This record gives sequence, structure tokens and C-alpha cells, in this order.
Amino acid sequence: MGDWLSEVANWWFAAVALAMGYAAYRVVTSANVVHAVLALVATLGGSAVLFLLLGAEFVVWTVVLVYIGAVIVLFLFGIMITRAPLGYEAELDHPPKTKALAAIVAGAMFLLIGWTLVDAFGTEEVTASVTTVGDIGLQLFGRFVLPFEVVSLVLLAALIGGIVLARQDPVDIEDQR
Amino acid sequence: MILNQFLILGAFLFSLGMYGVLVRRNAVLVLLSVELMLAAVNINLVAFDAYLRDAIAGGQIFALFVITVAAAEVGIGLAIVLLIFRNRQSANVDEMDLMKL
Amino acid sequence: MTNFFSTLSILAAAEGDKVVEFSDGGTLAEFAWLIPVVPLLAAFAIVFWGKKLPQKGWELAVGAMGFVGLYGTVLFLSNFSQGITYEGSVNIAQLGDMAVEWGWMVDGLSIMMYFVVGVVGTLVFVYARSYMDGDIRFTWFFASFSLFAGGMLVLVSAANFIQLIVGWELVGVASYLLIGHYWESHENSSAAIKAFLVNKVADVGLFIGAIMMSVSVGSFRFTDILHAVEEHDGTLSQVAFWAGLAVFIGAMGKSAQFPFHVWLPDAMAGPTPVSALMHAATMVTAGVYLVGRLFPFYLTEGFAEEVRVVIIIVGALTLFLTGLIALVQNDIKKVLAYSTLSQLGYMMAAMGAGAYTAGLFHLFTHAFFKALLFLGAGSVIHAVHSNNMSDMGGLRKYMPWTYRTFVVASMALAGLPIFAGFFSKDEILASLNYASSNFSASVGGGSVATVVLVMAIAGAFITAFYMTRTVALTFFGEYKGHGEPHESPKLMYVPLIILGAFSVAAGWINIPGITSWFTDAVGARFQIVADHHATSFDVPMLVLGLAAALGGIALGWRIWMPDRETQSARDTFRINGLYPLLENKYFIDDFYMGAIVRPLRGPVARSVDWFNGHVLDLVVNGAGFMAAATGKLVYGFDQRGLDGAINASAGGAGKMGGLLRLTQTGRIQQYVVGMFIGAIVIVAGFVFFGQ
Repeated sequence: MGDWLSEVANWWFAAVALAMGYAAYRVVTSANVVHAVLALVATLGGSAVLFLLLGAEFVVWTVVLVYIGAVIVLFLFGIMITRAPLGYEAELDHPPKTKALAAIVAGAMFLLIGWTLVDAFGTEEVTASVTTVGDIGLQLFGRFVLPFEVVSLVLLAALIGGIVLARQDPVDIEDQR
Repeated sequence: MILNQFLILGAFLFSLGMYGVLVRRNAVLVLLSVELMLAAVNINLVAFDAYLRDAIAGGQIFALFVITVAAAEVGIGLAIVLLIFRNRQSANVDEMDLMKL
Repeated sequence: MTNFFSTLSILAAAEGDKVVEFSDGGTLAEFAWLIPVVPLLAAFAIVFWGKKLPQKGWELAVGAMGFVGLYGTVLFLSNFSQGITYEGSVNIAQLGDMAVEWGWMVDGLSIMMYFVVGVVGTLVFVYARSYMDGDIRFTWFFASFSLFAGGMLVLVSAANFIQLIVGWELVGVASYLLIGHYWESHENSSAAIKAFLVNKVADVGLFIGAIMMSVSVGSFRFTDILHAVEEHDGTLSQVAFWAGLAVFIGAMGKSAQFPFHVWLPDAMAGPTPVSALMHAATMVTAGVYLVGRLFPFYLTEGFAEEVRVVIIIVGALTLFLTGLIALVQNDIKKVLAYSTLSQLGYMMAAMGAGAYTAGLFHLFTHAFFKALLFLGAGSVIHAVHSNNMSDMGGLRKYMPWTYRTFVVASMALAGLPIFAGFFSKDEILASLNYASSNFSASVGGGSVATVVLVMAIAGAFITAFYMTRTVALTFFGEYKGHGEPHESPKLMYVPLIILGAFSVAAGWINIPGITSWFTDAVGARFQIVADHHATSFDVPMLVLGLAAALGGIALGWRIWMPDRETQSARDTFRINGLYPLLENKYFIDDFYMGAIVRPLRGPVARSVDWFNGHVLDLVVNGAGFMAAATGKLVYGFDQRGLDGAINASAGGAGKMGGLLRLTQTGRIQQYVVGMFIGAIVIVAGFVFFGQ
């Protein structure tokens, strides 16, 4: 433990992990929808710092740009459009009985994964090695070019699907006239 | 840094996300919790990438794919929520029970 | 930006590019980067502070354009005495091995464009001051007008493809803003969108071609690309045909060549000064300029030589077909718009025939008289408050200056001797004639050039005919409109007079056998094998061209001049089978609407709707039906089971079903709980027992 504390990166990790844990807790418990979204921003920002500690620079910027930039904005739109209650709202969650069941299931999952991890990896060391954008680019357009294209198709399908789903039915628009 | 500090944090976030998926009634918040779970998975992927010193950066690239797919998922998910909201004036998942015969 | 100052490198033109002895132009050329920057800065300044200024921002716009005009004139004149070839560049960023630079070309081609844009632009801006007086978006108009001119100058000064595309798009955006200036009317806003979209479609070609060329050479710079052409670079010549074709498609879009010409007539929706500048100096000349910039690429054997056959054919089709449409237009601005298309066709055809000097010379002279025609038309419209020639007539008496200058410009366009258009059109005819016997035989260009030559002479006839018609309907006979028209204010007709002087004299700088300033200064940039600059007049072509022009004027005069018993002649003209075809512009717009726009808008929407209504419903209904049928089957089975008196087992089945039914709540989260528990159980099974 002394060794662990002597490393500066670990202090960073501890601070960020605590903040992330609290923020994630707020995501799932906050009674205010906007607060929950902002807590998710904090969690994702924390994960970006962790990626930085691990030397994954490109992932850091992607998380910041795509997640924190785009996805969160999408969420805020979703909240506004669906007129989700913006203030505090008791009705956001299920009754305590359901909550208890959910907590048991989630807790069981955490214990299971945690036990497995400790059993498997113990105190294995990990050291950060910086991966440059160039390295990622070479791999992405070399070995991973096919999955990359497939993902772009997924995005296209999602784009079209989003439009088809969210647009108003022509009949409805006619009716409104 | 030891590997497990990242992995267990990931597991913790994943479980919290799972809890959120189960207890939230508002569909937007359910999607939010799913995002939390995906973020936890990303931490795992990148941690393993660094641990294995992966020459082809597979972990990072899969994290990128997860982010991309998550973006697509949010887009579609919110469109569905919007559609449901338009039809039923509510975004509560427990009121969407038409799948019951 | 970090390396902006550290690598600020000013480079002379690449060595080996020098064909004729050129000076580098000295300080004058080094500071030529100001030419595009000043109007762009003016545009921003007008947006922010224009409304607070006494002239509402006009003074900034005209000041910036005046600066460009002055700078352009000085460059143009010094280019005559000592040919200038200079290329400055500043490194902005590094893309792999390729540098992204901001450059400025100062050579014969771009100096000519600076001069034309600056001088015509300044006059149009002065004119626009009183034309746009009282407009609710006066300041905004001059901001976007400055942006328009500035974008064109960025394009012209570009020393590399990246910068060219920046200028190209700036011009596109500014034209969208200007064409849609009166956006309150739906027609105008859709004209703006049409112009933008048609250009965008063609731009895809430019992008593809630019990328192909730059990547195969390894540099975005024009000088490097042309240098590679000179060295017969193998990589470039492999992609040359497709790259050249793609770039030409981009040029076709901006220069409104057939079949991309549809946006230009609709662009008349913008205020008249916009049309004047757009048709004369900016925007539509960009395509011709681009072909000129890359000219050796299209000329050298083994590169995009075959594309020139496409260029000459497209040019000839444009000049002939659109000239015919101009015959039947009633809107004075539309006549001029189609005439611009036709003249652009001439330029392109000349470029395709390998006559670099002739094409650019026509661009040069055309800029002055077409600007004059549009400004004159604007002056008329200002007085009559209508675009239709049926509301005009007899304006000769009311608007003497407009009348005189308009006639001068018409004669220049028709190609009467002494006037500017005569020399440039004659040179195009002469070079087409030359090409018909000298066009590289390997690509079959010779016979094409002969056909094109015939079309060009016919085009000269048509041009003279419709310009006579326009003048006759507008300025002769009785006034048919409302109110009392009167001459426009001084600020409007003084620019007309200056442009009139240019329309007469601009041709004199390149009279075969007498003067060759234009050829020396602009044309000699490349050692061009096929560029045939006549040192003496090509007499047969001169006679044919002149005969065509005079014949067109005579026929036009006979049919359209009022005060004559010409009704029957007009009827003959109308009954002619071509008339409906021409009036409907060969149905090309209808074709685009019918074949592209509507299928994309209507049927796609409908098919999605149909898919919704039939397929999805079918699936849902089918599923429902299946469920019901299964239910009936189960029910029947139950009944039979009961009938068969196996009561106990049936009861058991019923109870099981009832229990299972409880789990089917229809609530997603309960299912999710089940899924998670299942996952935990499976993982736990693997972890604890799965060795």
C-alpha cells in the first residue's frame, strides 16, 4: 500500500475515482433530471482523465468531443422535448420494493465481478504507454478498416432510423392544417 | 498503478448503471444509465489495452467503437422515446406495457 | 498556427516554370495578398459597424473595391511593360507530407482577373449605392456583396487547390445570400437554393478532381501540379483523364455550362447589381478561370487531352442552345442571362479548342459589356418598375444615357467592328478554325472543332438577333408601361458611361497584327503549342462572323422594330415549331423536377408511407393474427382435452399457463431484471464451476 501511495498517478486516480463514484451515484439517484445529466458529464469527464492516465490520448478526445459534446446535448434535447419534469420529482423512480430488488441484483453483480477480478489479477501492475493518434489511425484504417466501415453503416442506419422514427406522420401534419 | 483499481472502478460504475436501469421510470433516465454502463465498459477496455501493451491498440479501438455505437444508440433511443411521448404524452417506461397480450 | 510566423516563407515561382523572361513584380506583387483580404475585412467591418456609418457601410464596400480596382489597374499596366510572375505563400498547417498554404498568384491570368473584378466591381458598387437606396437590408447587402467579391478574389489569387476551394465556396455562399436577398418571396428563396444546390452537385466533381491531382503529385500547389505535367509525371498522367474531367465538372457548375446552366437564369431573382457582377466578373468566370489555371494539364499529350473534346462540345452546346432560348424571353434580365450563358459557351469552346488567349480575351471584354448591359437593364427596371419588355418600349426619349450605353454594349456583344466583342469573338472563331485542322487527331478533335465552328458562327447570328430584339422592344416604339419613366440619377449613369468606354476600347489591346499586349501579358504564361494567336486577321472567319452579326441585326430589325408592319413576321417567328421548346427552356428544368426532385420528394415519402401502411402493418397484423390463431388452437386443444375427459392434466396445464402469465407483465424493467439475474447466474456458473 505504501508503494501504491508513493506514485503520483495513483493520487490522481483516487481523487478522480471518488468523484466519479459519487457522480455516478447521483446519475442513478438524483431526483432532478438535469442534475442526473450533469452528473453523467462529470462521470464521463472523470473517465477521460483515467484514459489520460493510461495514455490513450485519442480516446480521451473522442470521449470529450463525442460523449460530453454531442451525446449530452442530445440528452438535454430529449429532456426538453419529452418535457421530462425539470425540477425535483418523486415520480422518477419506482417504489422502494423494486429499488430493493434492483439493489440486490446490482450488488450481486458487483460482488461477482469484483471477486472474479481480485481472484484473477490480484495486484498486477499496469503502466501507461502513450498511444499517439497516428498509431490509432494506422490500426483503424489498416487492420480494423472493415469494422470501421461497418460502424459507419450502423451510424447511417441510426441516422435514417432516427429521422424515420422522429418525424411526424404526414397524415398528422395534414390533419393539423 | 495496478490493473484492478481500474477494473473494480469499472465494475462499480457498471453495477450502478444497472441499478439505474432497473429503478428509473423515466425513459430518458434509463438511457442515461445505459450510457453509464457503456462508459464503465470503456474503462475496462482501455485498462486492458494498457495492461496487455497491445501492439494493435485493440482495446482503444474497441472503446472508440463502443462510443460510436453508443452515439447511434442514443440517437435511436431518444427518437423512440420521442415517438412514444408523442403518442402517449408520457415517457415513463412502466406505462409502456402494450407488449402484454 | 504555431508555425505561422516561424515558417513565414515567401517563395518565388517554382523554377522551370519560367518560359518567357518574367520579373517577379517586386514589392507590388509581394503585397498582392491584400487584394482578397481587404474586401473580406470590409465585409466583416460592414456587418459589425456598417449601420453606424453615415453611408450605412457602403463607403467601406466601395472603398475596398476601389482599392482592389486601383491595385489591379497598377498591376495590369505594369504587367504590360514587364511580365510579372510571382507566387507568394504562407504555410498554415501540415497535412502529412502535404503543406496547406495560403498563397497568392500574381501572374498574367490572375492580374487580368484582379483588374476585371476590381474595376467592374467598383463601378457596380458605385451604381448599387443609388439602385439599392432605401432597401431595408441595405447594409447587409453591401456586406454580402463585399464577401462575394472577396471570395472571388480569394479564388483568383489562390496558389493551391485548398485555397481555391475556400474561395469557390465563399463565392457560392455569398451568391446564395445575394440571390435570395429578397427572400420574402418564395420564388427568390427557391432560386437561391437552386443556385446553391446545382453548384454543390458540380462541386463534388471539383473536390474529387482536386484530391486526385494533389495526392498523385503530393502537393496542393498549382505550380507543382503544372510542373509535374511538364515533367510528364507518370502518377499524375494515370489519373489525368478522370481528374481533369472531374475538375471540369466543377468548372461547369460555376460557369453554368450545359446541363448545369439551369441555376443562372433563376439567379436573376437577386438585385440587378448582383446579376451584373455575377455575370461579368465574379462567379461565372470562375470555371473558365480554373480551366485556364490548369491549362497545360488539359493541353499536354498524355494528360487530360481527351477532356478537351468534352470541353469544346459542352461549350458549343451551351453557346448554341442557350442562345436560342434568349430569343424568346420576355424578361429583359433573362435575355441577358441566357446571353451570358451563350458567351460563356464561347469561352469554354475556345478553351477546349486550345485557344487559351482567345478564351480569356473574350472573358476580359465580355466582363465590361455584360456588366454594362445588366446595369443598363437595372436602370431601365428602376425607371419602369418591371422586368418585362412588354411594359417597356420607347425609352430612348426618356433615358438618353441608358439608351446610348446600352446600344454600345449591344453592339459590342453582337460583335460589330471597333467594339470590344468584335476582336475577342473574331479571335475565338479564328482559333476554332485553326483547331479544326490542327486539333490533335488522336482524339478526333478536328472534326468536332469544325462542327463547333459552324455552331459558333450560328451563335454569332443568334446573338446579334436577340440583342436587336431587346434594344428594339426596350427603347423603340411607344412606351407601354405605367407612369412617366425618367433617367436614373447621376450615380447610376456615370458608371454606365465609364463601362461604355471600356466596352469600346477593351478590344483594342489585342488587335491581330497591330497590338498584342494582351497576348504578351496574359496569354504567354505558358509555352502553349496549340495556342494559336493570329498575327493577322483570319479573313474568311472575319467575313463570316461579321456577316452573321450583320445578318442577325438586319433580321432582328426587320422583325422586331416597331413602326413597321411586322406583325406577320413576328407571328411566323412564333408559330415556328421551336418556339414552345425554347419557351420551356428545352424542358430541362422540368426534367430535373420530374426526374430528380420529385422522385426524391414525393415517391420516396410515399413509399415510406406505403411501407408503413402495408409492410409494417402487415407484420404487426400478421403477428396479431398468428397469436389469435395460436390462441384458438390452444383453446381448441383445451376443449378437445376437456372433451376427452383428461380433466386433471388440462387443469394442470391451465394453472401453469396462469402462473406463467403473471411473468408476462409487459413491463420492460421486469424483463431486464430477469435478464440481469440470468447473466449473473451464467457468469457465476462459469467463474465457480467452469474450470
